[in-house]
Amino acid sequence: MKRLLTAALSAALVAGTAHSQQLNFDDTAEFDRQRTLLTAKANGPEGEPWEQYYGDQMADTAKYKKPGPYTICFSNAGVNNAWRVTGWTNMQAEVKLHPEIKELIHVDAEGSDDKQIADIDDLINGGKCSALIVSPNTTAALTPAVEKACAKLPVIVFDRGVNTKCPVTFIHPVGGYGFGIQAGEFVAATAPAGADVLMLRIVPGVDVLETRASAAKRIFKETGLNVIGEEFTEGDNAKTKSIVEDYLQRGKIDAIWMDAGATAVAALEAFEDAGLPPPIITGEDQQDFLVKWKAEGFKAIAPTYPTYQWRTPIIAAVKVLQGEAVPGPEWVMPQPAITAETLDQYVDAKMPPLHHAMCGCEKLPDYPAAWGGK
Amino acid sequence: MIQETVGSAKTRGVASIGRLPKINPVFFVLAALLVAITFSNPNFIEPTGYMNFLKRAAPLAILAAGQIYVIVSGGFDLSAGSLITLTVVGSSMLLDNSADATWWVIAVMYAVGLAVGVVNGLVVSYLRVPSLIATLGMMITLNGAAFMWSSGSPRGYLPETFRFFGRASIQGIPLIQFLPVALLVLLVVGFILFWLMHRTNLGRMLHALGDNPRAAQMSGVPIERVRIIAFVASSLSAVTAGILLGGFAGVSTDVGVGYELQAITACVIGGAQLLGGRGSVPASIAGALTLTAIFTLLNFIGLPKPTRDVVQGLILIAAVVLATYRRNRAGGT
Repeated sequence: MKRLLTAALSAALVAGTAHSQQLNFDDTAEFDRQRTLLTAKANGPEGEPWEQYYGDQMADTAKYKKPGPYTICFSNAGVNNAWRVTGWTNMQAEVKLHPEIKELIHVDAEGSDDKQIADIDDLINGGKCSALIVSPNTTAALTPAVEKACAKLPVIVFDRGVNTKCPVTFIHPVGGYGFGIQAGEFVAATAPAGADVLMLRIVPGVDVLETRASAAKRIFKETGLNVIGEEFTEGDNAKTKSIVEDYLQRGKIDAIWMDAGATAVAALEAFEDAGLPPPIITGEDQQDFLVKWKAEGFKAIAPTYPTYQWRTPIIAAVKVLQGEAVPGPEWVMPQPAITAETLDQYVDAKMPPLHHAMCGCEKLPDYPAAWGGK
Repeated sequence: MIQETVGSAKTRGVASIGRLPKINPVFFVLAALLVAITFSNPNFIEPTGYMNFLKRAAPLAILAAGQIYVIVSGGFDLSAGSLITLTVVGSSMLLDNSADATWWVIAVMYAVGLAVGVVNGLVVSYLRVPSLIATLGMMITLNGAAFMWSSGSPRGYLPETFRFFGRASIQGIPLIQFLPVALLVLLVVGFILFWLMHRTNLGRMLHALGDNPRAAQMSGVPIERVRIIAFVASSLSAVTAGILLGGFAGVSTDVGVGYELQAITACVIGGAQLLGGRGSVPASIAGALTLTAIFTLLNFIGLPKPTRDVVQGLILIAAVVLATYRRNRAGGT
């Protein structure tokens, strides 16, 4: 009976939290806030956006001060896509810049919440960590584990967030609305009135991707563009190309808006193979797209979810352990978009096709070899 | 054993409705889907319409034509999808942006495929590991190998010489205007696999093995060797599919994900019996075309994604039920 009651209670609890986490992916206030941030001036050293931040709220870290050398522990959601591969390489290189770091202990959760919860537990119980960096696999599932860690040592969260304010700081770029706004506004400004826009998205239901799409849709609606479809590609090149081919068979596409650029080249090839000129397109900072853009000069923009944010947690961890203040409880960093004017700074045919150019890694040790470049 | 080719099945279907149960229903399902596609998008009967469709379906069709060898022999090959990924990622690493390397890289990839098939076959035959587990292990191993090799970010582009097979078309052909190279590859591979399965002793031994391994062995079928050949056929078809997919859409690290299950589904839609002993190459290819036609049709109708998933699932179940129903009426093997 008791067990039954516990089960019922926990089920109710789960349902409750699930309900409270029904997030609004089309939040006007947040949309406006991120739109303002995109053009705001960030604090911090010029030209080093991984150290920059908006606002001036700082977290007091005096209580975490301790003598080095430090062991930094990192619970990573996974290294399961090209974006995370670039980011993880950035972080390892950043560690080499800090002699006060004795060791970086990296645990890869391989995309599993359960494994990451266990990983964090092991790291805390191992007793070796001076500070813990967490890149959560999913927000809600990792919250209790992060709270548990906060009680033992300074915690820094980056990329996806958690539903608690206990970490010293949560490092992330402007956000999903910002990405959607940059791409959406470019299309709206470049395409003729009433143009046909195809929206290509990876998967539904992921918060950072939903907000990108809602922001763009809001802009398309405001400017009277015609969204001819919203398709999910699952990040698959072949599927993307097929979807675009099918749309082209049925009619014209003036612009392609993408919530992530991994398959932008495949979308462009569908036009190429059909003998059509390239459309207006929004991609991302992946090299294969930048190289094609540079070579063919079509109308494009590449908003980014910068991988340089993987450098910042290491910088923050060292500062925290030395008792220096860091931006907190949120460290919001710039999220630049690559435009035709700035393309030359980022395009580099010697880097691998899936390398993410907005890495802030060009001056890090072992560049470009560690990133697979030549 | 079903031995009609796509063409003859169609003509006979029209000529003699009375003999309907003898013709594999997959061809009717496919024909119905193609008609439905044409209604929802009249441009489909233009060469660009149906040729794009065939080009897109070619990798899955080839994969299904290889997978059916393993299914007929009474097993599964779950490693096919990961072998596709390994082919694309490995080729991009070996090619390293150099077009001159295309030929030897393709040769190396086929050698890798051969090795994978032989290992799968040996493990299943001699270590007596069920094929579901053996090839699942192989799938995980190959995915890991592709990741280790590229550390998650392949180093090179696929040059146009490599992408030729999956992307290019031969232009200026009368009537059809152009012929995708991928379709040509499908025709050649499909014919070879058809011939081996339905016109040689090997095919008879495969069916005997899948139907009743013990009886096959008693009657002198070298069951280990036949099983290994089945896995090799599947692996080589996966490498071929990988070359076409890499050509069609370029480098990505998860290109093969889910293809093994799609290929098995295609075989089942084509009337294959999952525990072996029954199955045909043309029907499996038709199964793959059916599957692709379902995706295409739902794309054309433009239903919202969730509705599309529901409809897709229902059509799949219906197609499989139809295949099973026919098999039961025919009274087993």
